[in-house]
Amino acid sequence: MIGVVSYLTFFLTMAGIMAIITLGLNLQWGYTGLFNGGVVAFFGAGAYGTMILGGPAEPGQFGGFGLPYLVALGGGILLAAALAWVVGLLTLRLRHDYLAISTFGVAVALESLARNSQWLTGGARGMRGFPRPFEAVIESNFLFGVVFLLIVLAVLALVWWGIERLVHSPFGRALRAIREDETAARALGKSPARLRLWSLVIGAAIMGAGGGLYVSYTAFVSPQDLLPILTFQIWAMLIVGGAGNNRGAVLGAVLIWGAWTLSGFALTRLVPDSMQLDAGSIQYILIGTLIVSMLLWRPEGLLPERISNTRNTTATKAAPTSNKE
Amino acid sequence: MIQSILDGILTGAIISLGAIGLTLIMHMLRFANFAYSELLAIGAYAALVFDRLFSALVPVLDQAFAPLTLTGALALSMVIAMLLTGLSAVIIDWLVFRRIRQKADPLSMVFASFGVALIIRNVIVLIFGHHAQLYSQEIARATILSFDPLILIKPDQVFVLALALVLMLALHLMLTRTTFGFALRAVAENPALAQVAGVRLTTVIAAVWIIAGSLSAAAGTLYALTNQLNPMIGPVFLLPVFAATIVGGIGSVYGAVLGGFIVGIASGLALLVLPSGYAPAMPFLIILAVLLVRPQGLFGEDQR
Repeated sequence: MIGVVSYLTFFLTMAGIMAIITLGLNLQWGYTGLFNGGVVAFFGAGAYGTMILGGPAEPGQFGGFGLPYLVALGGGILLAAALAWVVGLLTLRLRHDYLAISTFGVAVALESLARNSQWLTGGARGMRGFPRPFEAVIESNFLFGVVFLLIVLAVLALVWWGIERLVHSPFGRALRAIREDETAARALGKSPARLRLWSLVIGAAIMGAGGGLYVSYTAFVSPQDLLPILTFQIWAMLIVGGAGNNRGAVLGAVLIWGAWTLSGFALTRLVPDSMQLDAGSIQYILIGTLIVSMLLWRPEGLLPERISNTRNTTATKAAPTSNKE
Repeated sequence: MIQSILDGILTGAIISLGAIGLTLIMHMLRFANFAYSELLAIGAYAALVFDRLFSALVPVLDQAFAPLTLTGALALSMVIAMLLTGLSAVIIDWLVFRRIRQKADPLSMVFASFGVALIIRNVIVLIFGHHAQLYSQEIARATILSFDPLILIKPDQVFVLALALVLMLALHLMLTRTTFGFALRAVAENPALAQVAGVRLTTVIAAVWIIAGSLSAAAGTLYALTNQLNPMIGPVFLLPVFAATIVGGIGSVYGAVLGGFIVGIASGLALLVLPSGYAPAMPFLIILAVLLVRPQGLFGEDQR
């Protein structure tokens, strides 16, 4: 029994971290229309940044500063935001493809950096031994899992609340305005490039927070965590749930993470041993098919965006729902 | 140094072949197609299948053209692979991209292209496995051009470069000398005006996919001929072909050709100073440099 509950807390913790990252992507794609092809890069920057700042010292390796937990996490988040800022500065004035290609490129570059920079990232074997928060105080492994789940849920709630505040503020209205009609927004004196940059940076910081939490939970990070599949998973979560709707983003995260985990179980059970190597490929094909079919048949997702009447904020709940486009 | 430049030129020729189609697609359909480099894999594996088939059925074809390792069977297979890959590119467009194009914004197509790439790549893994394969078991002997510094070149490599240049020349002649090429350039320039002038947009788009698919198939086969064939050929070439189109300027065929060579040579030279593990990141650094200095690329129009 305790095994099941313990697994459930593990599952929910991972799903919660995924949901946080999906909320970050929702700010970028759902509310601003920015295509981030390298979600995993910002997740990875947060994870590695937190690890380098807060992790234990390794001989012959930079880092291992052992800084207090919150400082390390903040540093990881800052690193992810800084990365987004540089990429955004270079590409946001250009055609949207450039952002897609550059963010994808950042992810590839970061993975090869993590794999090869022994002095900084520990190379292919990764970095381990991150002092997990509260681990020293809590003796039981099970109790630690529960406490960490609560922390993740608290961060998720905080991020949700922050994004809701943001998108219902004048800033959020301006973001939607440039997404829908850039020329009109520009005519009203909004600066699309600057607003987009902010949205990209804040979204990346949220993804970095997800990476930092991941490292605090597993106490370990390696280049295997920087594979592009995470980017696809997060997209699938947002597209299935419904871009432009935070409820949808979180629902999608839980559903897709559940489906991914279950299909992993099912494939290891059903597929004969000789074909175990192919099980991963089947999962990849499933997620690819899911993304394409959603885009073909239900592009608005399970919970479509609610376009609210923004003239006064109390009218939000009463406003009729309508689909995007 | 000279060896790196030579190797860079060779890789560059393959990247160029791949980038030509991508630059046309990105310009006409206005979306970054992340499934594009999977066409190289489709082509290379199609060539492998037909090569095995022909060698088994018609043993005469299994003779290598000395000093190349290229056999008659493979040459024939490559032509068939080019046709088939062109056809698959059109079919993928019909099944997925055209339907999304009709109802959603270009960025949804970018999402979809990632999904398509995942599907193609992993179907190839399921069918052919993860391991590397070779067209020919013969060992390609390198010719020594000079001893000091040591410069080696394989006859296959000379053939690949020559064939790539011939294909590019053929495309150039088609674009500049035929009515069809004129129509294609007209659509690239101004789709609405071209349609008014009686050019059928759907036909031109299908033709561009066929050109893109067949050139990519050639690129994939030629790469597999001089290196080896594995399912990661798609992801490996993805960033280099994007870099080549951005260096050359989106929409410029000649820019893509030049961009391909620049990316190939720059990556080759960079490996002189950087450990080879960093090679995948090179095209990204080139993209960053271009975006900093000249975002529209060498021959591109303003992309703001």
